[in-house]
Amino acid sequence: MATTYDLERDGLRGLNRALHALAGSTPNEAWEVVNPRGSHAIAVGLDAPVDVTVRGSTGYYCGGMNKQATIRVAGSVGPGVAENMMSGTVIVDGDASQYAGASGHGGLLVIKGNASSRCGISMKGIDIVVHGSIGHMSAFMGQAGNLVVCGDAGEALGDSIYEARLFVRGSVKSLGADCIEKEMRPEHLDLLAGLLERAECDAKPEEFRRYGSARKLYNFKIDNAY
Amino acid sequence: MCGIVGLFLKDPALEARIGAMLSDMLVTMSDRGPDSAGIAIYRAPGDGAKLTVQSDDPDTVFPALVEMLEPVTGADVAIARNDTHAVLHLPAQKIDTARQVMAASGLNLRVMSTGQAMEIYKEVGRPRSVADRFDLPAMSGTHGIGHTRMATESAVTTEGAHPFSTGSDQCLVHNGSLSNHNALRRKLRREGIRIESENDTEVGAAYLTWRMAQGASLGEALESALSDLDGFYTFVVGTRDGFGVLRDPIACKPAVMAETDGYVAFGSEYRALVNLPGIDTAHVWEPEPATVYFWNR
Repeated sequence: MATTYDLERDGLRGLNRALHALAGSTPNEAWEVVNPRGSHAIAVGLDAPVDVTVRGSTGYYCGGMNKQATIRVAGSVGPGVAENMMSGTVIVDGDASQYAGASGHGGLLVIKGNASSRCGISMKGIDIVVHGSIGHMSAFMGQAGNLVVCGDAGEALGDSIYEARLFVRGSVKSLGADCIEKEMRPEHLDLLAGLLERAECDAKPEEFRRYGSARKLYNFKIDNAY
Repeated sequence: MCGIVGLFLKDPALEARIGAMLSDMLVTMSDRGPDSAGIAIYRAPGDGAKLTVQSDDPDTVFPALVEMLEPVTGADVAIARNDTHAVLHLPAQKIDTARQVMAASGLNLRVMSTGQAMEIYKEVGRPRSVADRFDLPAMSGTHGIGHTRMATESAVTTEGAHPFSTGSDQCLVHNGSLSNHNALRRKLRREGIRIESENDTEVGAAYLTWRMAQGASLGEALESALSDLDGFYTFVVGTRDGFGVLRDPIACKPAVMAETDGYVAFGSEYRALVNLPGIDTAHVWEPEPATVYFWNR
């Protein structure tokens, strides 16, 4: 069973209000959102283990601040998908515009197409798997979490990066300040295998290279870690 | 912020609907630019050239204008008024004379555009009211661009609204802000390019006019803009037979494009494109930073 919500007919506030009302519960029903027509802020701020499928393409900030929910977009998304996600899963069947997963603290963001610039900017623990390629300045100031790219990465990957881990299968146009290639150790291959499996991606972990911080630009002290 | 839209038709069967399609796109972008709106549209050429003018006092100014221009140009001047705007039809070789006479007349009047096909309509106000006052949905044409403005770099006035035109049948809309426009304006004025306002976008338009006057194609002019313009920009540009898109290398300003057998469309957001025919099966993509896109008829 699924509840179908017509966004064009019934409006955005009604949708988010109904989804917020599920907070603290364990819903049995899935939700299906039809006629999104590029609207902004669809299914933001959810806090329940509910499945939401959006049938069509969305505008800004779809799935932002998500906790626990599984949100799938059967289309493409505008800027800031899953921005500041805390937990749960957001899956985009198409492409994502700029700053996908920005500032995310946790959860998994899967983009089956390409993501444009600033993917994973300031990521703080989120896992992002992009089946295609990503644009410039991705993972800028990335603090924690994993960014997996099955295609290519654009200019200045990982500029001013802290402790986020970056895995790229294709080419990297250029690395940003203080971002270097690092040794792929067995624990990284295991981590990558798990992420690829969760993201329904059949790429092989051995095909990737790992990038991360040279730790020269920021003052790395283990005592500062949480 | 600002919203920009553009439509370049490949299928002549859509030409009768272009005003309606562009107006719908423009109104959808109201949230991005509620203070002014405008479009440039390439309509059927009339007799001679078109000179589109605007006045805050059209009842007095437009009749006086025709009376003034006919003797000095020695030609019949036809006028088609549309609210605060009017399209004057006169021989192409008389356009410069007409502009000089108008500038010296002291009439409350400004030139929106010149050309064979292009007309510009722009005013302060919500995009819906601007579209309605000029009855934009009823217009037909081959291609057009539009803009909804949230002003940052200059005052909220008709002159500050987009599109800008700095050359015959050339127009440009812009989302962003240019940072080297003062120096470039001085340079282009020295080169003899006409720039009417203190607006940054007009300098971007004038730059492309200057490059094309030197023999560059639209594509080449956009390519050189990448090294000579500093700032944030997503541009959509029209020429008599062309349509171009350019984003700066940082590409903060949003852009979505769609292409079918019938048209090429541009919107600041996908929302602007959702009512276009065949959008569900169109090729939809985000234009790459620092990459020139252009189409020719």
